[in-house]
Amino acid sequence: MEAQQGSRLFDTLNLAFLVFAAALCLFPIINVLSVSLSSSSAAAAGQVGIWPVEFSLSSYSYALTKKSFLTAFVVSLKRVALGIGVNMLLTILAAYPLSKTKRELWGRNLYAWFFFFTMIFNGGLIPWYMVIKQVGLIDNILALILPTAVQVFFVLVLMNFFRQLPKEISESALIDGAGHWSIMWKIHVPLSLPSIATLVLFSFVFHWNSWFDGLILMTSPARYPLQTYMQAILEVVDPLRLKGMTAEQIAELMKVSNRTLKSSQIFIAAAPVLAVYPFLQKYFMKGLLLGSVKG
Amino acid sequence: MFKLKPATMTRFRVQLPMHLMLLPCVIPVLIFSYYPMVGIVIAFERFFPNRGFFHSPFVGFKNFEYVLNLPNTYQVLWNTVFISAMKIVAGIVVPVLFSILLDLVRSSRVRRTVQTIVYMPYFLSWVILSGILIDVLSPNSGVVNQLIKMLGMEPVFFLANEKLFPFVLVVTDTWKNFGYGTVIFLAAIAGIAPSLYESSWIDGANRFQQAIHITLPGMLPIVALIATLSLGDVLNAGFDQVFNLYSPVVYRTGDILDTLVYRVGLLNSQYGVAAAIGLFKSVVSIIFIGTAYWLSGRFLEYRVF
Repeated sequence: MEAQQGSRLFDTLNLAFLVFAAALCLFPIINVLSVSLSSSSAAAAGQVGIWPVEFSLSSYSYALTKKSFLTAFVVSLKRVALGIGVNMLLTILAAYPLSKTKRELWGRNLYAWFFFFTMIFNGGLIPWYMVIKQVGLIDNILALILPTAVQVFFVLVLMNFFRQLPKEISESALIDGAGHWSIMWKIHVPLSLPSIATLVLFSFVFHWNSWFDGLILMTSPARYPLQTYMQAILEVVDPLRLKGMTAEQIAELMKVSNRTLKSSQIFIAAAPVLAVYPFLQKYFMKGLLLGSVKG
Repeated sequence: MFKLKPATMTRFRVQLPMHLMLLPCVIPVLIFSYYPMVGIVIAFERFFPNRGFFHSPFVGFKNFEYVLNLPNTYQVLWNTVFISAMKIVAGIVVPVLFSILLDLVRSSRVRRTVQTIVYMPYFLSWVILSGILIDVLSPNSGVVNQLIKMLGMEPVFFLANEKLFPFVLVVTDTWKNFGYGTVIFLAAIAGIAPSLYESSWIDGANRFQQAIHITLPGMLPIVALIATLSLGDVLNAGFDQVFNLYSPVVYRTGDILDTLVYRVGLLNSQYGVAAAIGLFKSVVSIIFIGTAYWLSGRFLEYRVF
């Protein structure tokens, strides 16, 4: 009886602790959301907690009509669309041959090491930057796509999935005269659509969240993707925006407290990922333990 | 003349499409991953970008000597190792404990909800999170300092305090990532044979004894694997995070190798010097990663492909 009571007490305390931890993860984001929905004066005075104070959508209407913000948003959309397409195509094209054995594909292990080695060793930032400069991709959106076109991590995940497919299907198709190309598209890809869908989401999150390549590879801010743009405005007050404004206008802008404005932009930039991430959960294990843990 | 056997020819014909599939994947990797490795030579050069990798004056180990003579090199190296070591430890201990506690919750709906919430920050970029953190930690209007003031204490400027900064990095990094670890470890716990729990129950073990004697040892292989693999990150103190949170006031304790490379190379245009630091980091890292994979392959039966 006593043990049961102790157990119940533990359950309560444990639940309280877990809920507290969850709140700790949720709170900062809720706080930013409610700051963005508050009046600028309330936000500047630090009165906003969980609920918006003096509810107002003005920061959103300002952000969504701000040209630089929208431009960056469009760049990000382009990047994501192109990036996912290229990532997925190359992932499938690499995963299929690599899922074969050494006997089925001459040089299979050599290829595998060729890709894997880039995961553990790289030339470092400076030579990488110089290569992109030499290839002439600076200020070109392809600079955000091509260097990360092959995601070795994705390839390994999909390769392992392809390997688990029953061999009999592709073997009999091969005997019936089907080539590898059609086997890949007509058997492997349809059978692994759930995995591929997950990788699409990963690719989306990757491209949406990337900011550093935009910062160093795009010289004109008009070509910044959204996260790079956010990085720039969160670090300093954007000098471009202040250019050509009167002192009064600048003061007025500062009073929009920048805080509500920043918050609304943070929230808009985070929203797509927040909408997508719960669907990734199931595939975590597969993703992390991309090899196989036997036993 | 050399003549191929018919069997070899057929094999080649059958396999050719697969080599063609790999071709478009090999090319970008060659250009953007292997060519920069060739570019490492600039660590031994006084590099001029317009002359290319091979036509700049060769200076031997001068760049390395220069780096070793900089007053803050050792401090930066220490910062890097210190910050990443603390992150690795916290990044394992916290999710292990959290997943055990979460597993003890009876309602599966609560378990799932908490899990989904705590791994949300993992998916947000450091740009977004630092934007949020700068706001939340701000000494004037930030919520954290509002709380501190309410308790009657002096506000703390977390991001401008040299002593606190590394710990702010570790705490916020753990905050961002522990949900991810929790999901992994919960999956490991789910893989433990239920019969173990049943028989221990019959033997009179309560839930806490089960947690210590069954759950913890049961998840140990995966914990060991993740700990081993994270060895490879000793010199990765987290560029994205530091870059978005630090400022000159906290360079002494917060500057890490990656941020140093960025400033020396891309801001000051000392390309050779920055490449030398980068090369040092890459070489040390591959030694650690190699060891980590070797250890996990040898003792934990892990293989990548």
